[in-house]
Amino acid sequence: MSRALHELGVAQLGRAMAAGELSSLELTQHLLTRVAAFEHLGAFLARDSELALQQAREADARRAAGRAGPLTGVPIAHKDVFVTRGLASTAGSKMLAGYASPFDATVVARLGQGDAGGQAGAGMVMLGKLNCDEFAMGSSNENSAFGAARNPWNLQRVPGGSSGGSAAAVAARLLPAATGTDTGGSIRQPASFCGVSGIKPTYGVCSRYGMIAFASSLDQAGVLARSAEDCALLLSAMSGFDPHDATSAERAPQDFHAQMLQMRDGATAARPLQGLRIGLPREFFPAALAPDVAAAVRAALAELEKLGAALVDVSLPRTELSIPVYYIIAPAEASSNLSRFDGVKFGHRASDYTDLRSMYERTRAEGFGPEVKRRIMIGTYVLSHGYYDAYYLQAQKLRRMIADDFQACFAQCDLIAGPVAPSVAWKLAQQMDDPVKAYLADIFTLPASLAGLPGMSVPAGFGAEGLPVGLQLIGNYFDEGRLLQAAHALQQATDWHARTPAEAGKP
Amino acid sequence: MSAAALIRGFEVVIGLETHAQLATRSKIFSGAATQFGAAPNTQACAVDLALPGTLPVLNRRAVELAIRFGLAVDAKVAALSIFARKNYFYPDLPKGYQISQYEIPVVQGGHVDIGSGAQARRIRLTRAHLEEDAGKSLHEDYAGCTGIDLNRAGTPLLEIVSEPDMRSSAEAAAYAKALHALVVWLGVCDGNMQEGSFRCDANVSVRRPGATLGTRREVKNLNSFRFLQQAIDFEVHWQIDRLEDGLAIEQATVLFDPDSGETRAMRSKEDAHDYRYFPDPDLPPLVIAPEWVERVRADMPELPAAMAARFEDADGLAAADAASMTQSLAFARYYEALRDACGSAKLAANWLMGEVSRRLNAEARGIERSPVDAATLAALIRRVADGTVSNNGARQVFDELWAGRQCPGFAGPPGDVDAMVLAWVEAKGLKQMNDAGALEAIVDAVIAANPKSVDEYRAGKDKAFNALVGQVMKASKGKANPAQASELLKRRLAQPG
Repeated sequence: MSRALHELGVAQLGRAMAAGELSSLELTQHLLTRVAAFEHLGAFLARDSELALQQAREADARRAAGRAGPLTGVPIAHKDVFVTRGLASTAGSKMLAGYASPFDATVVARLGQGDAGGQAGAGMVMLGKLNCDEFAMGSSNENSAFGAARNPWNLQRVPGGSSGGSAAAVAARLLPAATGTDTGGSIRQPASFCGVSGIKPTYGVCSRYGMIAFASSLDQAGVLARSAEDCALLLSAMSGFDPHDATSAERAPQDFHAQMLQMRDGATAARPLQGLRIGLPREFFPAALAPDVAAAVRAALAELEKLGAALVDVSLPRTELSIPVYYIIAPAEASSNLSRFDGVKFGHRASDYTDLRSMYERTRAEGFGPEVKRRIMIGTYVLSHGYYDAYYLQAQKLRRMIADDFQACFAQCDLIAGPVAPSVAWKLAQQMDDPVKAYLADIFTLPASLAGLPGMSVPAGFGAEGLPVGLQLIGNYFDEGRLLQAAHALQQATDWHARTPAEAGKP
Repeated sequence: MSAAALIRGFEVVIGLETHAQLATRSKIFSGAATQFGAAPNTQACAVDLALPGTLPVLNRRAVELAIRFGLAVDAKVAALSIFARKNYFYPDLPKGYQISQYEIPVVQGGHVDIGSGAQARRIRLTRAHLEEDAGKSLHEDYAGCTGIDLNRAGTPLLEIVSEPDMRSSAEAAAYAKALHALVVWLGVCDGNMQEGSFRCDANVSVRRPGATLGTRREVKNLNSFRFLQQAIDFEVHWQIDRLEDGLAIEQATVLFDPDSGETRAMRSKEDAHDYRYFPDPDLPPLVIAPEWVERVRADMPELPAAMAARFEDADGLAAADAASMTQSLAFARYYEALRDACGSAKLAANWLMGEVSRRLNAEARGIERSPVDAATLAALIRRVADGTVSNNGARQVFDELWAGRQCPGFAGPPGDVDAMVLAWVEAKGLKQMNDAGALEAIVDAVIAANPKSVDEYRAGKDKAFNALVGQVMKASKGKANPAQASELLKRRLAQPG
């Protein structure tokens, strides 16, 4: 191998193993060493080297037996929102410190060792569990009960969130790929901040079974990797109907990689995106958008134009309203979803209490962090008798209108593009005292989440202080193939996605 | 309707909310079994325990049973209904919310008819909705602790809500019984009240005739018809006492204590929960296509009212008898089998209402647990019909059959019920004398030996005739067919002496 193993992406590693140039055991050992050397990033919450090595040996045996797939033996780690057998599943919360799940999330089983029903998994090797904001609530990873993860491009900066550990680990080349979850931007924003590719598919494409719920109508699993191609391979393996999730879409398994590579009518090698109409919502380019972000996004859009895409002006008039709508619906659902953490059955229980009520109060006061408590209170308030109609019901109506706005756009374009976030990664602790300011920074990712549309963050160059900027691409329902195709074309023509952070802070 | 009597000058207004446990094998949102009586927490899976990451998936069988009920009560089966979360904290509620239906239930409207003839009343239903049961808190068994058994958590329930259409505790009990009979008939619920499969909450208020509705109090968790009636009676008098004392009734939830026969407040309106209902985002709206409704309709058993009408028209039963034959699906099936096997609807109904019901009631058992099956009883009835045994004799044989005794000396194949019944008749010496010659000899001997009675009969005294019949029966040791004996006696006495 001419390049270090950790420099290779999922597709490359799969090919190297298929060609017999590399064993999963060798690769896993290499990455475990690297993970240990990058402890200071705070990307991992749980690891078990023995478990990983054992899975690597099994993957090699599977390959030797001729039963390997394109992902068999490739290491991955999961956002700690996915429950896993063998490693604690905490959702970044003290409430679940040390919690041992008796089952694997469907996404984990499909990528890994298969399910209890005998359905084979892709055979990826699980290196560990990745840091995140508590119950996926946050956009900086600083809400993790186990300490913040750091941005490998600048250790004084946040990696974004809530899938911050996933983004940091992939950006630092500790892993070729990681799973994430996206409720209001939790895959796209950290992917943007850390300069990696991240996709959140259409709501319902990936099973939510085994994802510790934050906001059920918004939560969706996805993946962060080095390239759109790697995202396509992983998404094909992790997605698909799951009878354990009543909201998962009943459709045949998809080959997103093949969809990504499909030639467009009239396309040429130089202009692979010929005829693709990309809509630019004017609300995604406000005056307040940081100039470095605006410049990078414009540069990426210019590249897409060169590849044959046509840019069209569109409007998403309720973009700003998506913030209050999201911050009513998501906390409302969260306040109910988090009621099960009551100290009775599992998780943290206060050691000192006098009666049932004090057990509940102390358990939850001790177990939840401030942002989680804030959202439970907001959610409880908006669902309360007398407020429901004014808040929750209004928010639901607006949510439908926001989804309708997108459909009006898709009458004029095939994809929508814009920035992922209004700025590059901010400094640690910078926004901890002002939650509303942090909420406002979600403005470009919330609309697609509320509409349930697939969205991607693709590296689009660098802004101030050499920090990465992401281009957001949004597709129509179940149009992940076209989303990945545009991202892949861009990555064939540019090398932003291939840039690596200096080995910052490496001992 | 006949207006129910006022109580101490007040009109009583009652509505019932009934929880019927749906007869599914697995829970409403998980694959765990619903069987009653298993060791604590052995029938609770990850979903029932609300482990992190678990999600509910709706059991289609529960929906089918709800549709079946909706069709039976002539309600609207909603093409689209919504599951909602009812949020509250309690240790036996693992998710911290109960999944129920709130604004849009699966069954809307409908009615249940009670009584018959002049007493017939139609009780309107508001709705029936699907929901999951909570687990069970065991406060007594553990010193200083509460045990939690989640076997029941997630058990499917149909909550059936009536309009406030009942005007007396008796009417409420009649409605509850009719509803119970219906859900058991439909196979929607096993109806086992001891196990909590069917329990009622009663909303009770009183008012002066013509006044607006009074404030109601809700009596929770009544699991017998008797308790239901007792609890309402107590509550009515309690409310009237207060009103007569010039006090107001406050809306409250109360519990009935069967030992004292009293109700006591559990919580008042002030500390009522704010359940923060909202649509459950884990469950898509329940869509019921017309084809699904039709499939369920095609699978439904004939309803009791239709079956009773058929028994009146085709079998010639009186209305009350037909209603009696349809008291439960098992009873009706028994009746039909008996009727077909014995060849007489009338005899079948008479036996069921008489001998069979008397014993079933005395032993408090349902006909499905009758020790005598329809084929055996039919064999016995046939022997009565053909004069082999008298009604009286048949009752004696039936006693033996009911007790499950083996006929001494009977060695025939167990399935040959005719031979077996005949063996009993013979073994007990109950076979009627159908030999005309032998009977004639006895009759002649009796006439010769009782000239006084003969003279009195000929002088027009009917009593004397009965004495002569009695003498014939005595002389035949009970084996004479009484009808035949009377007939012969009359003929002989008509001849000049």
